[in-house]
Amino acid sequence: MRYFEDIVVGERTAVGRHTFTADEIKGFATRFDPQPFHVDEAAAERSHFGRLAASGWHSAVVWMRLMVAERRRQAEAARGRGEPVAAMGPALGLRDLKWLKPIYVDDSVTYESEVIETRVSESRPDLGLLTVRSTGVNQRGELVISFISTTFVERRPVNK
Amino acid sequence: MSKRHWEDFKPGTVAFYGPRLVTREEIVAFAAEFDPQPMHLDEAAGAATLLGGLAASGWHSCCILMRIIADGFINDSNSLGAPGVDEVRWLKPLRPGTRVRVRTTILETRASNSRPEIGFVKCLFELLDEQDTVLITLTSPLMIRRREAGARP
Repeated sequence: MRYFEDIVVGERTAVGRHTFTADEIKGFATRFDPQPFHVDEAAAERSHFGRLAASGWHSAVVWMRLMVAERRRQAEAARGRGEPVAAMGPALGLRDLKWLKPIYVDDSVTYESEVIETRVSESRPDLGLLTVRSTGVNQRGELVISFISTTFVERRPVNK
Repeated sequence: MSKRHWEDFKPGTVAFYGPRLVTREEIVAFAAEFDPQPMHLDEAAGAATLLGGLAASGWHSCCILMRIIADGFINDSNSLGAPGVDEVRWLKPLRPGTRVRVRTTILETRASNSRPEIGFVKCLFELLDEQDTVLITLTSPLMIRRREAGARP
């Protein structure tokens, strides 16, 4: 992971792809979002979704898992080149989280993140704030999730 | 008891749901599964960050809040889910051993223009600790079925 100063607005990261199975959809929702249309096929068929659909939170946390794995790959590659690895996180928050289409059983979602803003933190001038728009697109090319999140990133040390 | 409809939600109403104890075990288990950054897995790694110690993933705090409100009132309502979340602010770390609850404030209700059978209930959800310190805020419009499609409230 490069320092804050090395990150450029507009750069994109291919975060990864995930297929949502019925067991996984029900397992997640049973723990965190037990609304009938996320946990029970018969109830989902009677609902506006028409069939079992993943919790919106599920589609968001899968992005996080894939993003952590991608950042780890980037960090290992940087270490392999003998480059420093800047610390990232924690995040401050997110906005405009949109669940645009349902994610149904066996749908595959491909996630991408794009840097939309970089600025130095006012409260912590030693840190940068990185704002990213993340999206997920299903196998039919439909946008299913979109959100904007902001996280702290380490700045390049002054004496290096 | 019949489930609540959109007409039953009044702006300005405040309600509390929970409490629920958040354990170290579940913080680490969630992080291992969905957000395996060291600050959510290990005390020393967390202490080296702005979190100042082991703290739950922000996504975990959202999921805990979701579970509390699902049990608290959403599953007792004619809910059609939510189109999204306007904003989440992770204000304070959620630590192991915290007993949390959710303060829900109804900000606004409005009928859907395009779908006469549903209305929106915009809520401010705040995850509180035992001292009522706000750990996270989350603002989201819920979609709730109307008792009478298209009727004026």
